[in-house]
Amino acid sequence: MPTTAPPPAPAVNDYGSVVHDLSREVMTAWMTQLQDAARSGAPSAYMMVSGNCVEILRCFDILPVFPEINALQLAIRKKALPYILKAEEIGYASDNCAYVKADIGYTLLEGVGENGLTPRPSLIVCNFVGCNVYIKWFEHCAEMLGVPLVMIDVPFVRQGEAVSTGDLHYVMAQLRGLIAACEELTGRKFDIDRLREIVGYSARAEAGWSRAKELCKSRPAPFDCYFDSINMMGPINALRGTKEAADFFDAAVAHYEVMAARGLGATDEEQFRVVFEGPPPYPYYRNFRNLFAAWKAVCVQSTYSTVGGTWEFGFRHDPARPLESIAEQMLLHNLCNRTMQERYRQIRRYVEEWEADALVIHSVKSCRLFSAGQGDMREYFTKELGVPTLMVESDLEDPRYYAEAQMKNRIDAFFESLQYKRLRGSSAEARPAFSEGVSDAVRRGR
Amino acid sequence: MNASRTTSVTTAEEIVRECRSLAELLPSQALARAQEGRPGLRGFGVFPVYAPQEIIHAAGLMPVGLFGAGAKLETTRADSRFQSFICSIARSTLELFLSGDLGRENGFEGAVFSSICDVARNLCSVAGRNAPGVYVEYLHLPQNAATPAAREYTRREFARFRDNLAGRVGRAIDDEAIRRSIALYNRVRELISDLYTQRQERPGSIRTADLFTVVLAGTCMMPEDFVPMAESLLAGVREHVPVPRDTVNVVLEGAFCEAPPIDLIDAIESAGCQIVEDDLAIGWRIFREDVPVEGDPVAALADAYLAGSAYTSVRHDSARPRTRGLLERVEASRADAVILASAKFCEPALFDYVLFRRALDERGIPHLKIEFEEKMWTFERLRNEIETFTESLLFD
Ligand code: SF4
Ligand code: SF4
Repeated sequence: MPTTAPPPAPAVNDYGSVVHDLSREVMTAWMTQLQDAARSGAPSAYMMVSGNCVEILRCFDILPVFPEINALQLAIRKKALPYILKAEEIGYASDNCAYVKADIGYTLLEGVGENGLTPRPSLIVCNFVGCNVYIKWFEHCAEMLGVPLVMIDVPFVRQGEAVSTGDLHYVMAQLRGLIAACEELTGRKFDIDRLREIVGYSARAEAGWSRAKELCKSRPAPFDCYFDSINMMGPINALRGTKEAADFFDAAVAHYEVMAARGLGATDEEQFRVVFEGPPPYPYYRNFRNLFAAWKAVCVQSTYSTVGGTWEFGFRHDPARPLESIAEQMLLHNLCNRTMQERYRQIRRYVEEWEADALVIHSVKSCRLFSAGQGDMREYFTKELGVPTLMVESDLEDPRYYAEAQMKNRIDAFFESLQYKRLRGSSAEARPAFSEGVSDAVRRGR
Repeated sequence: MNASRTTSVTTAEEIVRECRSLAELLPSQALARAQEGRPGLRGFGVFPVYAPQEIIHAAGLMPVGLFGAGAKLETTRADSRFQSFICSIARSTLELFLSGDLGRENGFEGAVFSSICDVARNLCSVAGRNAPGVYVEYLHLPQNAATPAAREYTRREFARFRDNLAGRVGRAIDDEAIRRSIALYNRVRELISDLYTQRQERPGSIRTADLFTVVLAGTCMMPEDFVPMAESLLAGVREHVPVPRDTVNVVLEGAFCEAPPIDLIDAIESAGCQIVEDDLAIGWRIFREDVPVEGDPVAALADAYLAGSAYTSVRHDSARPRTRGLLERVEASRADAVILASAKFCEPALFDYVLFRRALDERGIPHLKIEFEEKMWTFERLRNEIETFTESLLFD
């Protein structure tokens, strides 16, 4: 079992790596569980990351398996392409989400089941939260693996911040259906007190994740909320509801608190604070990061880190209302189930409250949930709010869409112009500092 | 006898010609045409695949199908909002909003989108932002018919739509009005279904390009006008004696949202295929039986959607999987092959292709995959491809 307490006091130059190591420890433990389950056949279930109800699976000791995380790991280890090609061979189009293709290719090439690294699931739970591709993906898995599929249809948010009682009842009825399916699968009775305990762990982890993000308001930000946030997205999304995840966040926050107090940042001299929109190009994660690091640009907030939940705006799972709060989280408190306009509002808050200098949109071909309409987003932020915005394109999974030289040119040109404007701004005495100027523009746009 | 047949045929041709000119209009122009004799009539856009037209009609509005407008209008501003890897209907529909075609000054009260795919969902939001003052509604149609809660959910969702729409037009939409609209649309669907039956049972009695033109025209005219027109067309089609052709009977599947160019349908048929079933504009003819006109009409529509609608690529239904639906469609229409035609970049169709292909291969049913987009002017290459496919089936 991972050791998560107490945090070592950071040495001046080990920032970043402490939380990274802790994260790797808890994630490796989970992956070992997956491998064990692949051999033993212990009950497991497929589930999607965004706005999920993993707490219910945990209540029955059903091991959650996340094909999205599988796809992500294949990409970041630069192993995705052969699987993508395999999927294309059986008919997937070059325009289909490559997360699906990598995972399906992996499934077909015996990565799933006894001989692979992930178990053949006993159940496929499709938490349809925002992304319609989820439905297709899990329909395909169910058909190809011959495993029963439980659908949880979560109505998309269509009236701002309100969840209607009708939607809540609909989701809760389906959660009860899932509970019944889990009872049948495991032969165990549902224990609400166990669920309360699990939900309590979720809330603790959420509070930690939220606090960590809050700390990125400090200058310099103690971690990069895009590139480093992956260290926290693993535990919050794959391990939420476990004591290990809750402890991990306690440790991570303690570490970042110390860093913020000592004025230590993700980079030595933070020059630019940016907000990131869209998933990263996992096949070239490090290269892409370096292009920003070269400008000492740090991401202080990102929308991608909220696919699982928008915890920084206050929502927590509630042990006093376990099922209801699970349903509310699925419906309202995650990025995927919200409209583009809600996302614009979210980004705008990030720019204002985290005092960012610019917005960077990474538009990915695979994920239309994120990218369809991002041109309009750029229009809104540059023209209506006056926030400098850079839009670059590649993919989150398919390495064939990453063009390094072109990417570098665009990023360099963008930061050069930011720097130029900043120099010009500081030479004119009466003008506010650049980032204040942006915040002013944002406020004026209100 | 001969003379009367000639008259009917001419009439059918005239009707198709009239429908073609209607289907080529922009929504605002189609509405203007419906306003002749109905001053003050307002319109309401319906993005595919399905929305309860009956409720819109009962609000005194004309439901207008939005099937893409790329060939009818220059997309200028919308191109920068949606990237090049997004289907054309998203861009052209946004252009309709940006250009004001679907605006209040053109007589539109708003438009409705539903949860068919990630693109449509974002489009709804972006369109709403760019068309201030236009009422843009989003329906989350159920994806889980297996839960008993789906019935109540769907009824509530349709009732929410009714209430929002009523608030917008400033008057209640009562049950009686919805029942009348249901009865009218039942008749519309019955007529279309009769035309489909004619095409299937008497191949050549109506060409699919014509049938599709008429169905499309039906989505941009008042149903009251469609009914008598379709009745005369049906009479003409019934009388028409088709010339037998050596063709391959095919099911056309995958064009449930963005409409393929009519010339593409033409190309398929002139390349030796007889389309005997399809999912073109399926949302406008989705119910397999009449929707009851007794009792709670909103509940009746909800129940019909959940239990009595045709399968589509944009809906999960565990009790009636799509692959089985397609195989049944092939069998019922006694088709020899399937043409899987999807709009370029259409993810639901592209995903379904994988399972469809698998199911068809397992049963040895030949199939061909093609893609189309709005701004498509030449069909030569496609025609060749289809000819090769047809010939391989006819002569092997
Ligand atoms: S479309 Fe985006 S959110 Fe959906 S499965 Fe693919 S990567 Fe994930
Ligand atoms: S054509 Fe396909 S991808 Fe485009 S809006 Fe329609 S269903 Fe969605």
